[in-house]
Amino acid sequence: MRDLWQGMIEAFWLIASFNADLYEIVLRSLQVTVTAVIIASAIALPLGAALAVNRFRYRRATISLLNALMGLPPVVVGLFVYILLSRSGPFGVLGLLFTPTAMIIAQIIIITPLIASIAHQAIRDLWATYHDLLISMNTTKWQRMRTLIWDARRSLITASLAGFGRAIGEVGAIMIVGGNIDHLTRVLTTAIALETGKGDFSLALGLGFILIALAIAVNMAIHAISRTERASTW
Amino acid sequence: MVASILPLTLKDATVRKGGKTIIGPMSETIDPTGFTIFMGPNGSGKTTLLRLMHGLEHPRGGSVTWQLPAAQARTRQAFVFQTPVMMRRTVVENIAYPLRVRGEAKNRTLAQAAKWAEIIGLGNALEQNAEVLSGGEKQKLAVARALIVQPEVLFLDEPTANLDGKATREIEGILLAAQADGVRILMATHHLGQARRLASDIIFLYQGQVHERATAEAFFNTPKTPESKSFLSGDIVE
Repeated sequence: MRDLWQGMIEAFWLIASFNADLYEIVLRSLQVTVTAVIIASAIALPLGAALAVNRFRYRRATISLLNALMGLPPVVVGLFVYILLSRSGPFGVLGLLFTPTAMIIAQIIIITPLIASIAHQAIRDLWATYHDLLISMNTTKWQRMRTLIWDARRSLITASLAGFGRAIGEVGAIMIVGGNIDHLTRVLTTAIALETGKGDFSLALGLGFILIALAIAVNMAIHAISRTERASTW
Repeated sequence: MVASILPLTLKDATVRKGGKTIIGPMSETIDPTGFTIFMGPNGSGKTTLLRLMHGLEHPRGGSVTWQLPAAQARTRQAFVFQTPVMMRRTVVENIAYPLRVRGEAKNRTLAQAAKWAEIIGLGNALEQNAEVLSGGEKQKLAVARALIVQPEVLFLDEPTANLDGKATREIEGILLAAQADGVRILMATHHLGQARRLASDIIFLYQGQVHERATAEAFFNTPKTPESKSFLSGDIVE
């Protein structure tokens, strides 16, 4: 219990004293995660819509695979990306290992199936409602997908936020591919792991509280901007 | 002058679902001059036949062909469903949608949609969420959304089935105005009163087949088959 109080005090003090290291870590966490969420959403939302609208061979198998990939073990993803980006790997020449870009790549791989699966579910339900109407209006498949993505946008924001939640709290993969290098690839989660390993529980807890507050703040901000949960909105 | 997509020709057209024949085999030529109404008891195939003609159902056997190629014919038709589908958009965006997907400019489509909203009495609700409209307002919106593309043929599947008298009268007014503007209307209904008010021709369906086909006057005054006589006299026809 003492550690919890100490952690809260530590968190407050870090924020109030404008600790430069803390703000650097927070900004890097946000930069890596937001970039990963934007890129993953750009891939996953059209993918979810395409799976809902198109009928093709192995569609069910593809959806099952996508759902299964939601539970991808981050450490394995980290290892996979590490091997690809290591000097002896196929993309070693790019020199991306132990950079924020490597962390973004790992996060994209982890959250794309999650966002796509939730998006597919939301769009599939809407497609069931719109199906006859959109076919009757002679729309192209591309128009159907665009319409469904736009009209399901509030559910899709939730899908992206689920991806954000998973990515901002991720530690295994980004520890492997980022290396937790101070002033270069250290983010909140890897800093927490480091401080816990050093036995500085109050600082680790303080960073943990800041991480939770950050996740809540981003979610609330997105909901406020997208005006969900208001009368007469979707 | 633009060539007509009519007549519509069904040749041995058959629709089967779950091992049961819903329609056909049916061979008919449909060339409505005004207001053609499809009547018949529940399960006679009215909805399925409209969907088949519009292309929402595919024939299991036979063919359904328009005078013009299918791709061209599809752009000259519209369909109003029994339960109106409201897109998660505002009233004006819902009405404008069919024009938007045809590639027309946003400003122009919104202006046209606003005119239609005015015609159907929703001029004050342009920016309102369409999903919170009343049942009658939703169906009027669906009719406006169908008519905004100036279709040559308009299909309606029991559009006033769930509506009260006032909303029914308003929708009938809109449809009669559209008919006067040259839109050929093919509508399913089981309301005898509505058929008497609107129909110029009647196609009576029974067990997935055209059982009787006549002008409205002839059908209501001198029905030819026992089933249509029973139907008109209010008896239960199975």
